[in-house]
Amino acid sequence: MKHATFLRFFLPTATAMLLFIALPIVSVLIQSVHAPHDRVVVEVENCTPFGCTKSTVIDQAATERLREEKPQGRFVGLDIYRDRSHLAFSEIGEAWNQATGAGDFFARLMNLPFYRALVFTLTYMVFVTPLSILLGFVVALAVNAIPRLFRGPVIFFSLLPMIVTPLIGALILFWMVDSRGIIGAAVQWLANDPNLSLKASTTLTWIMLIVYGTWSTAPFAFVVYYAGLQTVPQDSLESAMLDGATRWHRIRYIVLPHLMPLTVFMFLIKIMDNFRVFEPIVSFNAAAHAQSLSYFIYSDLGGETRLLSSAAATSVLTIAGVLVLLSPVLVRTWRQFGKA
Amino acid sequence: MTAVAQKRPVTLSLILSGFLILWLVIAIFPFAWTLWGSFKVEGDFFSKASWQNALFGPLTRLEHGSAFTGAGYYGAWVQEEFWRAALNSLVVVVCVVVVSLTFGTLGGYALSRSTYRYAFWLLLLALVFRAMPPLTLVSGYLLPFYQWNLWGHLPTAIIALVAINQPFTLWMLTAFFRNIPKDLDESARVDGCTPFQAFRYVIIPVMWPGVITTGLFSFLLAYNDFVVTSMLLSKQNQTMIPKIASFLGTTQTEGNVMFAVSSVVSVTAPLFLLVMFFQRQIVSGLTAGAVKG
Repeated sequence: MKHATFLRFFLPTATAMLLFIALPIVSVLIQSVHAPHDRVVVEVENCTPFGCTKSTVIDQAATERLREEKPQGRFVGLDIYRDRSHLAFSEIGEAWNQATGAGDFFARLMNLPFYRALVFTLTYMVFVTPLSILLGFVVALAVNAIPRLFRGPVIFFSLLPMIVTPLIGALILFWMVDSRGIIGAAVQWLANDPNLSLKASTTLTWIMLIVYGTWSTAPFAFVVYYAGLQTVPQDSLESAMLDGATRWHRIRYIVLPHLMPLTVFMFLIKIMDNFRVFEPIVSFNAAAHAQSLSYFIYSDLGGETRLLSSAAATSVLTIAGVLVLLSPVLVRTWRQFGKA
Repeated sequence: MTAVAQKRPVTLSLILSGFLILWLVIAIFPFAWTLWGSFKVEGDFFSKASWQNALFGPLTRLEHGSAFTGAGYYGAWVQEEFWRAALNSLVVVVCVVVVSLTFGTLGGYALSRSTYRYAFWLLLLALVFRAMPPLTLVSGYLLPFYQWNLWGHLPTAIIALVAINQPFTLWMLTAFFRNIPKDLDESARVDGCTPFQAFRYVIIPVMWPGVITTGLFSFLLAYNDFVVTSMLLSKQNQTMIPKIASFLGTTQTEGNVMFAVSSVVSVTAPLFLLVMFFQRQIVSGLTAGAVKG
C-alpha cells in the first residue's frame, strides 16, 4: 500500500488518537509544572484624620484577569512533584533518618498519600494477576472435563462476572458483604463476632478488593485457557502415554508448555488492567482504607476545588509507571523487530 | 472424541466437577441474589435481624401486601428519572460503536495491508496508548474542555470514548484483516478499482464477522464506562453508570438505596442478553489476540 493511500485510510483514527490521547498527555505534562495563581494582593493605605494605616486586600479583578490570561497557572517547575502529596523527597529523607526500623519507615511512608496509593495499586496488581490466572486455569480444566452438552451454559454463566460493568459488579458484592447483607452476616457468624464489619478494617478492605478483582477477572483467563486447551496436540499426548508418561508428566511436559505463550500474554494484559484499578474503590466506598493511583487522580479532579495540577503530576507519575511496566515488552520487541 | 488420553480417574473427575459447581455458585449467586432482592424493601434486603428476610420479605409484605414490590424500580425510573440516563446511554453507546468501527476498520485495514515498518511501530504505539489509565487522559482533558466550552456535552464524551477505544479496536481489526487474503483486494486493483473501491466492494462484504466481534467490545467499553462519562458529562447529560454512582451519594441518606439496587439490575439485564446472544463472538474475540500471539 502506498504512503498516500495509507495516510488517507489511517487519518481518522490517527486524528482521534492524536487529539484525545497524545495531546492530553502533553497537556498533563504541561499542567504538572504549573500551579494555580496566587491571589493578586495590593497594599492600600487608609488615611483617616488620625493617621494612615496600611492594609493588604485581594484585587479580585486583577486575579480574575490573570486567571483568564494564563489558565494553566504559573510555572513552578518540578515543585508539585516534590511536594508532600507526590514524591515527597524531604518527608522521605526525614522518615529515613528518624525511623527506628524498616517497619517504622514503612508506616511513615504509608502516611504519604502518593506512596499509599502506589503501594495499594502494586499490592492489588501483584495479588490479583496471578490469582485470577490460576483460578481461570483450574476452571478451564474443570470445564474441559465435562460433557460437551453442558459446556455452553457453563461458559455463559462463567463470563458474567467479567462482562458486567466493573462499578456494578463491585456494588453487588459490596451490598452482600455489608454487615446487614448475606456474606457479611455469614462472616459475622463464622467469626462469632456480631459487630464485625468488613468495611471498618484496612486489611479486610484490601482483601475484599482483591477478592473482587480475582472474581471479576478470572473469566478472562478461563476463556483464554479453555481455547488453548482445545488446541493441545492430541497425538503428542497419546504418544507420551505410550511411552509411559503419567498424567502429571503429560500436564507438566506437554500441556503447560503449550499454554505458556498464552500465560505470558495474559500476564501482560492483566498487569496493564490491574494497574489502573479504580471502580471497585468507588463502589466499595473504600477510599479511607485503600486508594489506587487512579483513585488519587479522581479525588483530586472531583469535588469543589479541582486540583488540576496535583492530578496532572500524579497522572505523569502513573504514566511513567505504565511505561516501566511495559518496558520488558517494548525492549523485547525492539530487539526482535527494531534492528531487522 | 473419547481418546484414551482424555480418560480421567474417578476421584479427579469428582474433584473437578465439585470445583466447577463451586465456581458456578460464586459466579452466579451474587446476580441472582441482587435480582431477587431488588423486589424487596430496604429493611428486608439489608436486614439486621436475619438474612432470611431477604428471601421471604416480611417487611415487604407488611408495607406492600405482597412479598414482591416494584417500588424500587418505580422510584428509580420514574421518580429519579433514570429513563433520561438510559436514553443518554443509548445515544452514547450507539454513536461510540458506529464511529469507532468506522475509524477502526479504515485504520485497521490500512495497517494490515501496509508492508512498511511504520505500520508495526504504529501498532506498538497503540499498545502503549492502550495501557494508559483513562483517568490520566481525563485529567488532561478537563482544562482545555472548560476553556473551549466543550465540557458537559454528549458529543465530547462520545469522541473521547472513541479515541480511548481506538487502540484496542485497531489491534483486533488489524489481526482480523490479516486473515482476509490479500489476493482479494489485489485482484480488484488489477481489474482497475481504486484503493477505496477495492475496500468498498471487496473487503466490506466479507468483513462483518470481525466487525461484529469488535463492535461488541466497543459496546461493552462505552456501556460500562464510568471514568469518562462521570468526569466529562454534566448532570443533565449523565449516562446510567454515573447516575447509579450519584444515587449512592444522595439516596443513602434518604434510605432509598433500593433505587440503586433496582437500577443496577436494570443495567445488568441488557448485558445478560448480550452474552446470551453473542457468547460465541465474545469468546472468539477474547481469544483472538491470545491464541494468535
